[in-house]
Amino acid sequence: MTDTNTDAAFVEFQRVQKSYDGENLVVKDLNLAMPKGEFLTMLGPSGSGKTTCLMMLAGFETATHGEILLDGKPINNIPPHKRGIGMVFQNYALFPHMTVAENLAFPLEVRKLDKSTREAKVKRALDMVQMGEFGNRRPAQLSGGQQQRIALARALVFEPELVLMDEPLGALDKQLREHMQFEITRLAHELGITTVYVTHDQTEALTMSDRVAVFDDGRIQQLAPPDQLYEEPENSFVAQFIGENNTMEGVVKSIDGDTCLVQLDDGSEIDAVPINVHKAGERTKVSIRPERVEFNKDRLHADAHTLKATVKEFIYMGDVFRFRMSVAGNDEFIVKTRNAPDAIRLKPGQEIEIGWLAKDCRALDA
Amino acid sequence: MTDASQNAGPMLAADGTPLKQSLARSLRRQKLRALMLVAPLLLFVLFSFIVPIASMLFRSVENNIVQETLPLTVEALQSWDEHSGELPGEAVYDAFVRDMVIAVDSKTHTRLGSRLNYEETGMSSMFRRSGRKMGKMDPETDGPFKEQIIEIHEGWGEPNTWAVIKTHSPAITNGYFLNAVDMRRTPEGAQSQPEDKQILIKLFGRTLFMSLVITGACILLAYPVSYLLATLPMRVSNLLMILVLLPFWTSLLVRTSAWKVMLQQQGVINETLVWLGLVADDARLVIINNQIGTIIAMTHILLPFMILPMYSVMQTIPVTYTRAAKSMGATNWTTFWRIYFPQSIPGIGAGSILVFILSIGYYITPEIVGGTKGVFISNRIAYHISSSLNWGLAAALGTILLGVVMLLYWVYDKIVGIDNVKLG
Repeated sequence: MTDTNTDAAFVEFQRVQKSYDGENLVVKDLNLAMPKGEFLTMLGPSGSGKTTCLMMLAGFETATHGEILLDGKPINNIPPHKRGIGMVFQNYALFPHMTVAENLAFPLEVRKLDKSTREAKVKRALDMVQMGEFGNRRPAQLSGGQQQRIALARALVFEPELVLMDEPLGALDKQLREHMQFEITRLAHELGITTVYVTHDQTEALTMSDRVAVFDDGRIQQLAPPDQLYEEPENSFVAQFIGENNTMEGVVKSIDGDTCLVQLDDGSEIDAVPINVHKAGERTKVSIRPERVEFNKDRLHADAHTLKATVKEFIYMGDVFRFRMSVAGNDEFIVKTRNAPDAIRLKPGQEIEIGWLAKDCRALDA
Repeated sequence: MTDASQNAGPMLAADGTPLKQSLARSLRRQKLRALMLVAPLLLFVLFSFIVPIASMLFRSVENNIVQETLPLTVEALQSWDEHSGELPGEAVYDAFVRDMVIAVDSKTHTRLGSRLNYEETGMSSMFRRSGRKMGKMDPETDGPFKEQIIEIHEGWGEPNTWAVIKTHSPAITNGYFLNAVDMRRTPEGAQSQPEDKQILIKLFGRTLFMSLVITGACILLAYPVSYLLATLPMRVSNLLMILVLLPFWTSLLVRTSAWKVMLQQQGVINETLVWLGLVADDARLVIINNQIGTIIAMTHILLPFMILPMYSVMQTIPVTYTRAAKSMGATNWTTFWRIYFPQSIPGIGAGSILVFILSIGYYITPEIVGGTKGVFISNRIAYHISSSLNWGLAAALGTILLGVVMLLYWVYDKIVGIDNVKLG
């Protein structure tokens, strides 16, 4: 499941476990390898262990078991201030008693750089985040977005090779968040820094990352590039967690290579790709994305299995239409279609047949 | 589009009344409600605190007693020159007899005697002894009085006696304040007290110095404890908090008396040191009935007042600040000194003000463990209130103390800024 190409790995977790109370594991057997320059996002619900992993990497928590390697060297016993890792915190953690410039100069000062070098670097870092004018302000005089930029500049000003970000955009409003997402990825790629980004916002994870590690229950459920994660979820947790998803429960009737026949609980049968079902008779959750459901018969394969559906609700969202339907006993089945000139506007109460390509429908663990 | 004339005038509400006026009207009910809610406390504070304090402070300048008891004498003395070195004429003695007859009748002459005794020793007995005989005189038939009165008590033949009466005759006097700063009001103007009577300035100085030492000791002792309280896990820090508050819940008198047991020459500390051989039996430490005793006991007693504000400020310093500093390469010491400490200063400020102001007016503890060398100005005030009954001087001392505290508060505000003080 995880990439274990240790030769090229810049950051590596080897069988890392963490427990706070000696009874429960918060992180269970974590293996992860990141090449240099990668933007990796740890995504998961709260309590899934993603922040703990970040804190272990930064050195604020110690691993109960296992090794964490940075550039090939174990760092378990290196104190945080010697790790040289830049960090952006959720609430920015800008020192309130210092000006913006003093905040940025702080990491340079503790590295004993001389004054002129410090000033030059601070200026460059401020310009980098387009905050050159704000050096003499106090953090409290800045807006949330500006503080965010300063926090970013401060984490980058001493040119660390690895930067950790702990939900840095959580406190911003939607528009600013989207803008900063773009800004952060641009900087990370321009400067070629390796970034570990923690978030619980899946849109953020999908739009920013080279790879996303989906955490749940102390384990990485799937580690993959965003498109693969969305289109080919490996288990039902990932399918549910990433994006919108329709789930139907049933039993595998037969498996034939890369397709299988699933009998849903109401008796109807559908085709699916077997992902983690292995033999007939197993229970499964089949998962299908709302935008992959087709109700325009012309576009369906002639031999595709179809299901009867009753339209319950039509929601106009501007760029897309969203229909809530009752399918195979599931009242929350969602279908999305693009607001194209020829799009069909179904009315509540209308009875239709829906279908999909077998490869879009995945039979996952129950 | 608004026209220019409308822009120039005051903003108007929809009904044409000025906006300010209608805003005030709409807020009036709210303000009235708020006032009603605080009214009980306000009245309580007014009658049990502000009025008594104000009347007490007023005593520091009030001096009606001379004029009220000897109205004719005071008037007659106006034409007498106290610098001439001669006795006043018969008119003054005549007036004095008329006043005294009334005073003896209402027994106010002894009070006047005690009042003037603060200024000139011996006046009290002069008035008491002369009172009986002068009360029997008839002002209309028994004159002239000059010789007779000097016969009764030779003090009445001293020009100084009359000078003292004249000097202290105004209804409002600065005499008490002069006394409070080791000076006195004399016919020749304000002068220093004789050196053997100069103790109050020294006592003020000692009070300020010892309060500063106590505040400093409290800062040093409280800072690490507050830090622990703010950073330890909840369960442990709650336990520690109970340990901090436990003495707080014990009676002040019990704690101070306990210090007396601890500190005396045959006390716990000395016995332990002698037993350990650290101190010779004949060279036991003198740590009670002096300044050291007062400082030790008061530091202990005021410590919670330093810990609590410090703790409440430190609690609000997020752990992310120190983490951020460390992630940027700062060592533990740099992180503490450059990041944590500056943010904890408001707590130090709040605790210091609290401890300093409490200690500057402290009374019980210095009284019990301070002996004569470790007492504060408040002990002197208490003495004048309850023993010497010189309330005027006590009030003057209290007013000066209040003034000093306010002055320091103002200085503190200028230097640190009172906005930077957080009590929670």
